[in-house]
Amino acid sequence: MKPALAFRSPVVILLALSSASAMATEGAVHDRFKWLTFVVFGAIIAVTLYVTYVAAKRVKSATQFYAAGRSVSGIQNGWAIAGDYLSAASFLGIAGLISLYGYDGFMYSVGWLVAYVIVLLVVAEPCRNIGKYTLGDILAFRNGPKTAKILAAISTIVVSIFYLTAQMVAGGVLIETLIGIDYEVSVIAVGVLMLAYVLFGGMVATTWVQIIKAMLLMTASVVLVVFTWAPYGFSLPGFMQAVVDNPKVQAQVLKLLGDPATNMTAQELGQRFLEPGLLFKNPIDQISLGMALVLGTAGMPHILMRFFTVPTAKDARVSVIWAMAIIGGFYVLTLFLGNGAAINVAAAEITRIDQGGNMAGPLLAQFLGGGPDSLLGNFFLAFVAAVAFATIVAVVAALVLASASAMSHDIWVGVVKGEHATQEEEVRAARICSIIVGVIAITIGIAAKGQNVAHLVALAFAVAASSNLPAVLLTLYWKKCNTGGIVLGMLVGAIAAIALVLVSPTMTYPLSVKATNEKAIKAADDKLAELNADLAAAEPTAQEKIKAAITAQENAKKTAQDAVAKLGNERTSMVGLEKPLFELKNPGLISIPLGFLCVFLGSLLYRDRRAQEMWDELYVRQNTGIAAEAAIAH
Amino acid sequence: MSKPPINWTAINADPRFQDLHRKKSVFLWGLMTLSVLYYLLLPIGAGYFPALYGKKIWGPINFGYLFALSQFVAAWGIAWVYARRANREFDGMTAELVRHASLIRAVK
Repeated sequence: MKPALAFRSPVVILLALSSASAMATEGAVHDRFKWLTFVVFGAIIAVTLYVTYVAAKRVKSATQFYAAGRSVSGIQNGWAIAGDYLSAASFLGIAGLISLYGYDGFMYSVGWLVAYVIVLLVVAEPCRNIGKYTLGDILAFRNGPKTAKILAAISTIVVSIFYLTAQMVAGGVLIETLIGIDYEVSVIAVGVLMLAYVLFGGMVATTWVQIIKAMLLMTASVVLVVFTWAPYGFSLPGFMQAVVDNPKVQAQVLKLLGDPATNMTAQELGQRFLEPGLLFKNPIDQISLGMALVLGTAGMPHILMRFFTVPTAKDARVSVIWAMAIIGGFYVLTLFLGNGAAINVAAAEITRIDQGGNMAGPLLAQFLGGGPDSLLGNFFLAFVAAVAFATIVAVVAALVLASASAMSHDIWVGVVKGEHATQEEEVRAARICSIIVGVIAITIGIAAKGQNVAHLVALAFAVAASSNLPAVLLTLYWKKCNTGGIVLGMLVGAIAAIALVLVSPTMTYPLSVKATNEKAIKAADDKLAELNADLAAAEPTAQEKIKAAITAQENAKKTAQDAVAKLGNERTSMVGLEKPLFELKNPGLISIPLGFLCVFLGSLLYRDRRAQEMWDELYVRQNTGIAAEAAIAH
Repeated sequence: MSKPPINWTAINADPRFQDLHRKKSVFLWGLMTLSVLYYLLLPIGAGYFPALYGKKIWGPINFGYLFALSQFVAAWGIAWVYARRANREFDGMTAELVRHASLIRAVK
């Protein structure tokens, strides 16, 4: 059964996966070829576990555990940042979006790269210069240390758990959809593997897992793009013309536009696929989402943490430049992956396996290798699936490390122990916290089965942009910023972002879901009456086709009826609303300025001598790196 | 190990640091504003000027696609401009300050 999906809501996409797919029990990979999938998965897991084993021998001190001894080179860190960032949402979700909605999907991918311009210009180097291990360390530099650390830790854990839940659910559904392993087993597998990396290898292993995964991801994408583009002689207009001319693409546009498109020619329909407006209807929403994306990245705790792993600020700069080259390159490739899937696999087939379009990349791989019955096709599919799996495990590992560090370094050592803990104690605490977070992640992952967790990724970015970023930026750059400011700003920013999402159209509103489905049932009934009349009048030769159409309509009706039945007597959303109070799907446009405003206000209303006294030191250090934590030799 | 303590206030007031600070601030925030505005033009344009975005320019490729692709070039371009100036100018100025950090004392 397919619950009504929120796959239109943008950040989301991957998460539409969470609507258990009808294909789940069999999986997209045919039984005959499952061994191949396991071989590829096994190989990738073996390599990453070996890396963890080697790393584990090095991880003795807190600096090793949290920051890989600050000895990761700029280039390595660049790959690791790309690994952190190119989550399954990018790899599967964006290719899927482009394959279903054309231009809007591609436009959506742009924001993810622009986000790094901000990280490069105002965040990466200062953070390396004054930071130690966590977001809390940056904020505690001049603000009240205990208050700052508690706030930063809470924010880190909240943002990470939102993001993590989305990834866990996606991981479980991905494996279920691809190879038919039970959802619960898949979630536990993701959790245990990720925990193995973090627990034994700390940041050293997490970094290398990210590097390996980013390289696999880029290799897979480049190979697929070469195969997709080669038939058109690597001509961009040639390839795009093929998209325009493709009847499957034209059919998809007709389906998306509905009635208004009936007078359009086939060429016009195809061309429309290259124009905006098939997915995003509300420009303000688009801008709001863009702001959260672009500003949220610089406030993501697991991204900030990456800058503590390099020896100097200059390496931090080099690493962002490499990350931008890799990430940007990847998003340009999605143009070919998405459009390639649209012409070779067709939107109808992609959505048949998964409503959200997440299977576009894997199905394209299968097609390029020779189709569902070929060995090479299934090898390609297995490879892409394994890369997607590695992607999820690696991103989850980074998030768990970030929240475990916040718990152990900020809360336990910083607040409870008053900064007095030996290296051994701190590493032990970090490991215990990793297990706690890991168990929470697995539990939530299983509990969220079949839930629409779509809004969680958007929410993670919105909270990071509205709460963490204003606090970090103003602490680093504004002389008058102080503890009062970051307390007010972080609380109001985060609460506003969460509250606005809770009352936004992103949530599920039973009444509107019911109305939509009832409309669908009525449409199906009308169509059925029409088809049955046709059937009676049709020649025997034409009957087969009409019967098939009848079955399709009956299935559509059944899906809609099931959706209505599932709602039962529910009338209101999670927070008791019958319809959204706030019209934007993403709160960024309101909550980000509010976060900044509250840091300003709080700072002006509050007196904090330490914040003023520390300003000179902070400002000199963030600009010059004098007295920055050095790399440790090993 | 026993370096003399660093006088942060004196460094902050040092003309070399002030020079670095001024140049960096103008440059960084200027680039940042430019890149955010350029980026926001994309969704704004897509929402309010669909006809312009649909205008075919290179075969079937329209203005919208070229503009979206130009965002990548712009982001990379800004990164390149920043890295170049940081490597050539800021790093040298910073190194100079770091070398003399423990010698910079407030002039009373």
